[in-house]
Amino acid sequence: MMIRRISEFFVGLVFGLGLLISGMTDPGKVIGFLDVTGSWDPSLAFVMGGAVLLSFFAFRISRNWTTSLMGRVIILSDLKMIDFKLVLGSALFGIGWGLSGFCPGPALASLATGEMKPIIFVIAMVVGMGLEKAYQRFHQA
Amino acid sequence: MTIDWSQFSPLSAFSGGLLIGLAAAAFMLLHGRIMGVSSILGGLLTSVKDDSVWRVSFLAGLIAAPILGSLIGFMPSVRIEQSFLGLSFAGLLVGFGTSLGNGCTSGHGVCGIARLSPRSIIATLTFMAFGMLTVWLMHKIQSGL
Repeated sequence: MMIRRISEFFVGLVFGLGLLISGMTDPGKVIGFLDVTGSWDPSLAFVMGGAVLLSFFAFRISRNWTTSLMGRVIILSDLKMIDFKLVLGSALFGIGWGLSGFCPGPALASLATGEMKPIIFVIAMVVGMGLEKAYQRFHQA
Repeated sequence: MTIDWSQFSPLSAFSGGLLIGLAAAAFMLLHGRIMGVSSILGGLLTSVKDDSVWRVSFLAGLIAAPILGSLIGFMPSVRIEQSFLGLSFAGLLVGFGTSLGNGCTSGHGVCGIARLSPRSIIATLTFMAFGMLTVWLMHKIQSGL
């Protein structure tokens, strides 16, 4: 079990380093990428290109697997429908992303930089997630 | 539209992207899971104890990244112009929105697109469009409409 924990830790570490190197942890750069009608910095399109390129093959290779190389059950989202929740949620996320230049991964990867602002952002983000989950539970009850 | 060539950094963006893709590939091939940060983090709020350890291990690695970065002398620039109040509001929206839409830039934008999931393609187009719209509107307001 320990080897799994270490491996998960290293995956997180590689992901975080990728975010740092790519420029995703710089909100100013993210806003520059979203600023298509102003002075646009298209760099972050290359981040997605590189990331999708490699993961595409991984999902191809593993598409008929039931267990992973470390013997774990494959867990994939079985959600198929495109509904109002998906679009509204993504729209709200996009507004918050545009306002701050932070999305969840880079915000977490900025927690240990010694800056106060990412910490504030992450606390608010976790509160937002909690509110949504409380709202869902309230609706199901 | 004008391209801001002074900030354009396709090489570091692409190499960072390859590392992100490598991590997403390893998470699926080794652990059979989607590397989606909002779901991994959000799951900690509702999940049972046995389902929490892998989330914590992954997130610990992610949070440790800048510490390793500074040890090897790599500290990229960070420009955060927003106020604490602005960031809190944005954080609430990002948390609520990614939870409602079941994913963020990593889960929908990288893994979902790589899986050619129609849900993730719609989600990515939506948050990109609203992000761009928000930046446009913000700059409009800042320059006095």
